[in-house]
Amino acid sequence: MKRVLVPILAALAAIGLALTVWGIFVITPMEQNLFYSQKIFYWHVPNAFMLFLAVFVCGIASIAFLRKRDHRYDDLGLAAAELSVLYGAIVLVTGSIWARAAWSTWWVWEPRLVTSLLLWLIMVGYVLVRRFAGAGAERLAAGLAIFGMVDVPLIYKGVSAGDRHPQAKVVQTLDPSMKLTFWLSVLTFLILFVALLLTRIQSARAERQLREIHDRGLDLGLLES
Amino acid sequence: MKDLRVELRSREILYTTGFFAVLLVVVFSFAFPHDEIAVAGATPGMLWVIMAFAGTVGLGRAFDREREGDTMRALLLSPAPRLAVFFGKALAITALVATVAAISAPLLALLLQAPVFVNPLEVAVALALGAIGFALVGSVFAAMLLRTRSRDVLLPVVLYPILVPLFIAGTHATAEALPPVPNLDAAWYWIQFLAVYDAIFFGVALWTFESLVIE
Repeated sequence: MKRVLVPILAALAAIGLALTVWGIFVITPMEQNLFYSQKIFYWHVPNAFMLFLAVFVCGIASIAFLRKRDHRYDDLGLAAAELSVLYGAIVLVTGSIWARAAWSTWWVWEPRLVTSLLLWLIMVGYVLVRRFAGAGAERLAAGLAIFGMVDVPLIYKGVSAGDRHPQAKVVQTLDPSMKLTFWLSVLTFLILFVALLLTRIQSARAERQLREIHDRGLDLGLLES
Repeated sequence: MKDLRVELRSREILYTTGFFAVLLVVVFSFAFPHDEIAVAGATPGMLWVIMAFAGTVGLGRAFDREREGDTMRALLLSPAPRLAVFFGKALAITALVATVAAISAPLLALLLQAPVFVNPLEVAVALALGAIGFALVGSVFAAMLLRTRSRDVLLPVVLYPILVPLFIAGTHATAEALPPVPNLDAAWYWIQFLAVYDAIFFGVALWTFESLVIE
């Protein structure tokens, strides 16, 4: 079952992606004020959802890891952290492209942008720690994830003054085909997220087991360091 | 307490980080234009950058000393409650960072004619709360980094993103308390923000320190 799950999810995501592209460019009507630039929302917003989902998963996994000391939670945390860096990059790039078209500037210092950027920086820090800190990195990274999760509302509060980001309440008033395409896109990226997460967990586990076997070999004197 | 006592005897960290802060002030006085408006605008930023940089240097050194003697293990094994170890560290770092701020603020006024002493109470409270927050978060991360590789680079890499709200609130509080347009209500709002930040991370640090640091 596990073996076929990831290919099935990947295939579903591929179909969903094709449908979404068709929906975005053929089905949905043109938005009155923003024209083509609005189309990027269908990808930008679902990816932002996935960014926050990934960070949330990483934070919960980190707490569970510190509580239980079970390395499976740590694999999950690492996988989610790397994905959050990926999704964060996509969100920041697509957001900048849209901002260039709509606000005629690549970047403004605005609450959601700054919060996303800093969240992304925390997660990059997490990945850097995992890669370069050597032994004991899991716990440090878990601590970073927990502190980071606590930090996010504070960052948001600290920078929120004069918000001109498009507001989420607009979603209520959309054309049905727009809504359908949007939620299809969310679903697609969610499936892709799960598929990537599972793959990364498997490789993280394999890496860890290889390391443990290597250490045991060293202990038994079968391997040379 | 032990940290403070060792530090008072040797004064190694205090002298080195204090001098580092002085050097930063000198660098800033070359790096920024000297007209009144530019200096007034940049003063809060300079104060907090000095605190962050000098604090990081001091923090790394304070915990390196534990590693050299492998005393952290002894401390954690000792009958003293583990949280007392944490508080000792955090207290020493708070004192260090506060001292750095107390040295660099008059120096900024001296070398750059920075208007640091317009509302001394607000500025001092903001800097003190900043020092406490820096020490709380910094002590946890520096303690965790003890056993890892390349800790000198990783300390700021993990610490600064977490400290960003502190720096935002701190620079705002200082800026509102200083010319060109002092606004004390806004300054106190940001000071409260700093206090909330300190309280929250005090809780998080208490909650996580044991499970993060103990082997």
